[in-house]
Amino acid sequence: MLPLATYINMRIVIAKPGLDGHDRGAKVVSRALRDGGHDVIYTGLRKTPEEIVRIVNDEDAEVLGLSTLSGAHNSLIPKICEQLVHNRLGNVIVFAGGIIPERDIEFLFRSGLRAVFGPGTPTSDVLDFLNEALIRKQNGDPVGVGDGSGWNWND
Amino acid sequence: MEIQLESETVRGGIGMTDISDLLESAKSGDRRSLSMLISAISKSGESPSINTSKGWVLGVTGPPGSGKSTLIGQMVRKWASSGERVAVLALDPTSPLSGGSLLADRIRMEGEDDLRENVFVRSIPSGKTPGAISPVLWPICGVLSECGWTRIIVETVGTGQSEFRIAALVDRLLLVDGPDRGDIIQAEKAGILELADVIAVNKSDLPGASSAAQHIRSSLSLASDDNREVVLVSAKEGHGIQELVEIIEKCEPQNTRGKMMMMERLISEWDSILVSHPEIDKITSELCDGSITVREAIEILVSSVRDGGS
Repeated sequence: MLPLATYINMRIVIAKPGLDGHDRGAKVVSRALRDGGHDVIYTGLRKTPEEIVRIVNDEDAEVLGLSTLSGAHNSLIPKICEQLVHNRLGNVIVFAGGIIPERDIEFLFRSGLRAVFGPGTPTSDVLDFLNEALIRKQNGDPVGVGDGSGWNWND
Repeated sequence: MEIQLESETVRGGIGMTDISDLLESAKSGDRRSLSMLISAISKSGESPSINTSKGWVLGVTGPPGSGKSTLIGQMVRKWASSGERVAVLALDPTSPLSGGSLLADRIRMEGEDDLRENVFVRSIPSGKTPGAISPVLWPICGVLSECGWTRIIVETVGTGQSEFRIAALVDRLLLVDGPDRGDIIQAEKAGILELADVIAVNKSDLPGASSAAQHIRSSLSLASDDNREVVLVSAKEGHGIQELVEIIEKCEPQNTRGKMMMMERLISEWDSILVSHPEIDKITSELCDGSITVREAIEILVSSVRDGGS
């Protein structure tokens, strides 16, 4: 039997922070999540952290996926995570994808991320991650961006 | 079945008290509460009691690709910069196969930075009845109005029943078309042209727009008492937006809609009772293998609704 969470659809924002004009990856992931039964809101290109946080709030999303290929992840992602917590959105599950070197991942986890997906990741991995995150959330484990360190998908 | 029950407890569990608490705090201007309130209404179908209606709801309909989202973006900027608080509900289709949806309309609607406090955009998946107007839209528009959003814009998917049904939800209806697409003739056939309060021909920067507008005007002039306006606009260039907004502001909504609106609400509620019926899956399977007829299926559904089954 599939885990319970498979049957629950979530509202997910997929965002492109900063000056980065490539969104094929973001669109592939958005499509895969839709086909996995979720409601996906894609923000379009070049959003500031403030804009992304406002969209997550207004759409009342449970999950935020950040796609970055520009190399600015270490400055943009912590800023977004911080503002989410500041705006009472600390229970949002945040993950990232794109070009993010191995050595930066630990730092991003400390900012509140729960998964980082590199090039070549099968889209089913992202769905599996969301399933596991949701099961953990149901059990009261820390999975939100403001819940502090604990489980992450890549470990 | 067990799985569904589990997911209900996870998703639901929202009582009326939570909804009225959220409404109180949303009314005091808390945006987080407003956003959570809309989710709570969408999930539970409950509607809080609303006292007054301070603003009005504009429906925007028209064929896919006619530029509805971009035009809405322009109108939002005009209204927001003149001090109105504008909320946009963008309807998008839910995939009938996976139940998921991809909502990207807000890309074309974002306002400038300094207007953001006065603009609220929310994407709404069409849900289990694709093409129809979800019954939760009524209470959602109600709470937005109650929370001081003076201009509420509902954008349709652009195809299917929603084109027609949106008229039942809104106070004013704007029909958008492009130049020389011939779609307006289709709209005329479907009766949407009759329902619109204002008609905008978009993409006036392209050839053929003014002749399309002329075509519609001459079609309207066949009825001597029809004085509805046809406005040429270019959402891309920003031409004609001011005029369009002024016309929408002063247009007098058709008052013949009352009964039709109630009829559509009834149909929407009925549809949602039907698709959320606990035995709908079994009944459709039986229809597929021919063990019951459509008449018999209706008999089963109706009698269980009568017995308070759903």
